[in-house]
Amino acid sequence: MSDWGMQKAALGERLAAGQRHANGKVVPIPSLPAFLKSVIRSGDRVCLEGDNQKQADILASSLANLDPAEISDLHMVQSGIVLPSHLDIFEKGIARRLDFSYSGPQSARIARMLFGGKIELGAVHTYLELFARYFIDLTPNVALIAAVSADKDGNLYTGPNTEDTPTVVEATSYKNGLVVAQVTEIVDKVPRVDIPGDLVHFVVEAGRPFYVEPLFTRDPAAITETQILTAMLAIKGIYAPYGVRRLNHGIGFNTAAIELLLPTYGEKLGLKGKVCTHFALNPHPTLIPAIEAGWVEQIHSFGSEVGMEDYVAARPDVFFTGPDGSLRSNRAFCQTAGLYACDMFIGSTLQIDLEGHSSTVTTSRIAGFGGAPNMGSDPRGRRHPSEPWLKAGAEAAPGSDAALRRGRKLVVQIGETFGERNAPLFVERLDALELASALKLDLAPVMVYSDDVTHIVTEEGIANLLMCRDKDEREQAIRGVAGYTDIGRARDPKLVEKLRARGVIRRPEDLGIDPLDADRRLLAARSIKDLMLASGGLYRPPSRFRNW
Amino acid sequence: METLSFRLSASTRAGGTRMQAIVGVVASGNLEVLLERAAPADSCMIDITTAAHGFGAVWEAVVRDFVDRRPAGGLRISINDGGARPDTVALRLAQGVRKIEEPER
Repeated sequence: MSDWGMQKAALGERLAAGQRHANGKVVPIPSLPAFLKSVIRSGDRVCLEGDNQKQADILASSLANLDPAEISDLHMVQSGIVLPSHLDIFEKGIARRLDFSYSGPQSARIARMLFGGKIELGAVHTYLELFARYFIDLTPNVALIAAVSADKDGNLYTGPNTEDTPTVVEATSYKNGLVVAQVTEIVDKVPRVDIPGDLVHFVVEAGRPFYVEPLFTRDPAAITETQILTAMLAIKGIYAPYGVRRLNHGIGFNTAAIELLLPTYGEKLGLKGKVCTHFALNPHPTLIPAIEAGWVEQIHSFGSEVGMEDYVAARPDVFFTGPDGSLRSNRAFCQTAGLYACDMFIGSTLQIDLEGHSSTVTTSRIAGFGGAPNMGSDPRGRRHPSEPWLKAGAEAAPGSDAALRRGRKLVVQIGETFGERNAPLFVERLDALELASALKLDLAPVMVYSDDVTHIVTEEGIANLLMCRDKDEREQAIRGVAGYTDIGRARDPKLVEKLRARGVIRRPEDLGIDPLDADRRLLAARSIKDLMLASGGLYRPPSRFRNW
Repeated sequence: METLSFRLSASTRAGGTRMQAIVGVVASGNLEVLLERAAPADSCMIDITTAAHGFGAVWEAVVRDFVDRRPAGGLRISINDGGARPDTVALRLAQGVRKIEEPER
């Protein structure tokens, strides 16, 4: 007779082994190394919680301190490779295989280790895609997660940074995997139950908060006039004509400039209430002036942002908050919202080729994807209409039957023609292709595919790729906004002027924008201090941003 | 340091009566542009000192577009560049022409 309870029995063994180092569900910090060794088995699939924001940092360093002679061949399935310890685990030979999504701060080291064969790469995913695989073929045996507080029964309070936790716990615990949480403190009663205790097997009282990276804070003082010009072009040339109310913004300075221009330039254009009313977005500090000016009705967030906790708690009409008053974020739900319920994604990138593929990979760095390719893609399963979606669909296929025509999500790439260290934004060939061939990957890591991108905005103008009818037009539309890069200077001036006459390319002057008006005085806040003042003192910037 | 010089014919004379104007600052990624009314009305002279080497073709494209699109006749322009990107150069040149057109205060 078959035994249908082998996973349950294995969990029982792990629980019994862990119990020897715990007091009920609580594992004292000094026992953590022995505890981890007793509950993790060589070859386990392990989810170490961490994304582009919060990190189960105590559990990460304990895992990296295991002896590879005792535990090895782990298969790490996690959102972020962010902390040095995440890669130490591979360097020491404790883990071998990796499936992940984002690796921003470790992008150079992870590339070296992939080249050096220290890591066996499964795939680089988007967040939502990796979460999906947690439920199909990458279900963790052990999840090491992070929360703010726990009670003795294991009920967890994650605070504003809930992020990936519910998804990781759901996939692990309901499939007989083991869930271990690090918490700042054990309390009698948690402020709200974010994760029910019967899904959590052990808690470790770390005595200090988990690490959170303030990734979504952009200092307005660093925004340039050219970025302001691109923001003016986007607002007047895309937000206004399409009437984009539901959207997601990337984390670059161009979109920060857009946020800071809404109460000034946007107000002057009469766009309040007509654009930017609903966001899938983290609590960006640069959105404070627009929120205070009454532009924004509702925001759902992937995570929180360091220093924004009190401000968010004081604006429950705008943000999702719990009975305790603090933000409830959820990356899986917000990524789904960004995919299906938003009409536009706008973000920056590092390289765009002549077809319109874009990538943030350079030959020596693999930053991963995070959420951008998900939000920056046209969801083929969408069925509800909206004005911007229908308009974009009509521009792409004007001759087709309107009732049978799919709409299109607006996927906008915005940037200056030259980036940091004068690196051109436009290239003949993406560095991602070199990387893919060097690492023998089946797929080049492309952030936004050519057939998803609808507009490219630079200081030279807007290229509307929906209105290009063939490959040639598309290439010249891209060259036509590529400025003084090699790609831009090799344009066919006649075809570019034809495209401009058709409105495929629109220059600042075509939109009634004088580049000389792109002045920092247009920004609703010009420094972090201005943002703090705009919030009435509720925004508490992290010390690294306090330069006064 | 690299120095570049351009003598271009300009179809439109710079407006206003100011004899000179200065915009921008010499800083990394930025540039200082001094404009003087010291060239024949139908030409524009541009002298560039730049910290970045090997961008001659880009400079030429930027200054040619500038003289084509803006009233720059009669100007001698001196640029002290700290490795500014072309978009910043184009913006400063345009700001310089606007400034020399402004009435004296």
